[in-house]
Amino acid sequence: MSKTKKTVLQAENIDKYFYSPVKNQVLKQVSFTINRGEFVSVVGKSGCGKSTLLYILSTMDTDYQGKLHLDQELISDKNHDHLARIRNEKIGFVFQFHYLLNEFSTLENVMIPGLKLGKYSREELEHRAMEKLKIFEMEDHALKKANQLSGGQKQRVAIARALINDPLLIMGDEPTGNLDKKNSDIVFNKFKELAEEFNQTMLIVTHDPEFAAGTHRIIEMEDGRVIKS
Amino acid sequence: MKMKWSLIFEISTALMLARFKQTAIAAVGVLFSITMFVALLGFMNGLNTMLDGLVLNRTPHIRFYNEIKPNPNQPIDQKGEFADGWNVIRSIKPSTSRLAIHNASKIIQDLEEDSRVLGVSRKISSQVFFNVGTIDLTGLVNGIDVEKETQLFAFSDYVTAGNLEELVQNNTIILGKGLADRMLADIGDVIQVTTSQGNRIQLKVVGYYQSGLGDYDNANSFASIATVQKMLGEPPSFITDIQVKLKNLDLAPSMARELESIYGIDADDIQTVNAQFETGTQIRSLISYAVGITLLVVSGFGIYNILNMMIYEKLDTIAILKAIGFSGSDVNRIFITIALTIGLVGGTLGLLFGFLACLGIDQVPFETEALPTIKTFPVDYNPQYYLIGGIFSIITTYLAGYFPAKKASGVDPVDIIRGK
Repeated sequence: MSKTKKTVLQAENIDKYFYSPVKNQVLKQVSFTINRGEFVSVVGKSGCGKSTLLYILSTMDTDYQGKLHLDQELISDKNHDHLARIRNEKIGFVFQFHYLLNEFSTLENVMIPGLKLGKYSREELEHRAMEKLKIFEMEDHALKKANQLSGGQKQRVAIARALINDPLLIMGDEPTGNLDKKNSDIVFNKFKELAEEFNQTMLIVTHDPEFAAGTHRIIEMEDGRVIKS
Repeated sequence: MKMKWSLIFEISTALMLARFKQTAIAAVGVLFSITMFVALLGFMNGLNTMLDGLVLNRTPHIRFYNEIKPNPNQPIDQKGEFADGWNVIRSIKPSTSRLAIHNASKIIQDLEEDSRVLGVSRKISSQVFFNVGTIDLTGLVNGIDVEKETQLFAFSDYVTAGNLEELVQNNTIILGKGLADRMLADIGDVIQVTTSQGNRIQLKVVGYYQSGLGDYDNANSFASIATVQKMLGEPPSFITDIQVKLKNLDLAPSMARELESIYGIDADDIQTVNAQFETGTQIRSLISYAVGITLLVVSGFGIYNILNMMIYEKLDTIAILKAIGFSGSDVNRIFITIALTIGLVGGTLGLLFGFLACLGIDQVPFETEALPTIKTFPVDYNPQYYLIGGIFSIITTYLAGYFPAKKASGVDPVDIIRGK
């Protein structure tokens, strides 16, 4: 059980400035820790910096001060190629709008991060991708092109894709923000299922209070500071 | 980490198929320019080779002969007391040196053993009068070694009528077409020739010769060496010219100078005699290359535009790829792969169509009085043009892809993902 106590993500005194149009500090001394198996939501008003924080934590935004540890490894001083590998291997993403690559089928979309990682053969990956799609009841749509799916279906496939490399951490930027009530519930239940059944560590930015209430822990932000965690 | 090229190819292919029409148009641009490049160079150089061949094929690379000229060592210069003076002698006449090359068989043997030499052919040039009724036409009879002349200087190509083999027999002659027309001599007729020594001889016309140079054909005729020796009353060792064909034409000037001093006879090299042909050829090639490369550069801009547009349209895709773990260099490779695929497909088809265009041009009839051996447009199928065309198509498409790919690799996924 000591394993569940392991730190997955640790942020230390993260500061972030926007320089245009005027210098403006969006994140102020943000520090917190996420342990393995935690299902965490980040809430706060629009413009409080929660999405900005998420992109820093995701390693895509490297323009900040402070220290960031992922899987007990300091990553704030790594170069872009190294960070791309970390994203591929250890982080799964779910976005609000940008779901899938329209040029590929549902199955291929799920497989691509796995193909990039190159840990499994194509046949194995196909099998694994189908398994992931089954979790989200999307296996019947496996061969459809991504743009033939509805918004809710796309988001479920996007979550399946986030899972393909068995990531340490799944990050979501308002994953239900663009969905209607029904689809939003389906997606939320899937996140819940991942947390309960698969013990998946997740960090989800949301301003849906209902969604936040269903998570294990809520980090609340205001004006670039963490006011409750 | 191992490069995932198969994945890069897969993604490139998907992006190209998603924008198939644009991609195809870019490839057609390359195809068209490579086709034109190959066809243009093939045709232009075919013409070049033909025009140069008019003269160069028939011209020996080095010609040895004795020039009639005054002796450079006049007796007064050899007398010690006048050696330092400024000697003026008026009305010097050429010495009675022989036209014949002294010790020719030894020189020929030497030359044939020289590794730089492709072949050696003997020749006798003789001024004669062709007697037509009461009129005498001046002309030249060239005594040639028929077999060597055909082998080295494509003699048979220019014999447009009659039978070349019969020239080996004694007392036969092949007349220049213009000369034959003036003499009203048909094949099989017997004509009379008077040499400058006054010997008269009857020769049977066995063919016509047509070089494409009118003046040449109006005065020249050909007979075997033995016939001409007999005509002149000279022994079988008598020859006036030794013609040498080299393996490498560029060696001609230096070899001519070298051998001139060794054998103590005059030597002319082909470059000195025909400098203007070289220049013309070079300028025509230069123009064809310039036009061909311009076409390629224009198609390069086409690819550049299309890739830029594709990147603009696919910003979302690029952002997602980066978010799921593709690095900037992976994205760069994807777009370079797209550019090179366009170049490779367009280039390969272009080379194929270029070859077909050349075959087409080769079929177009082109007959002219001056060029008896040419029936259709000449085309040069030198693989060099295909190689250059292929390499250039890859280089231009790579350069056209380089900047868009760099731009794509620099796309910041956060900007795109947050931007909506």
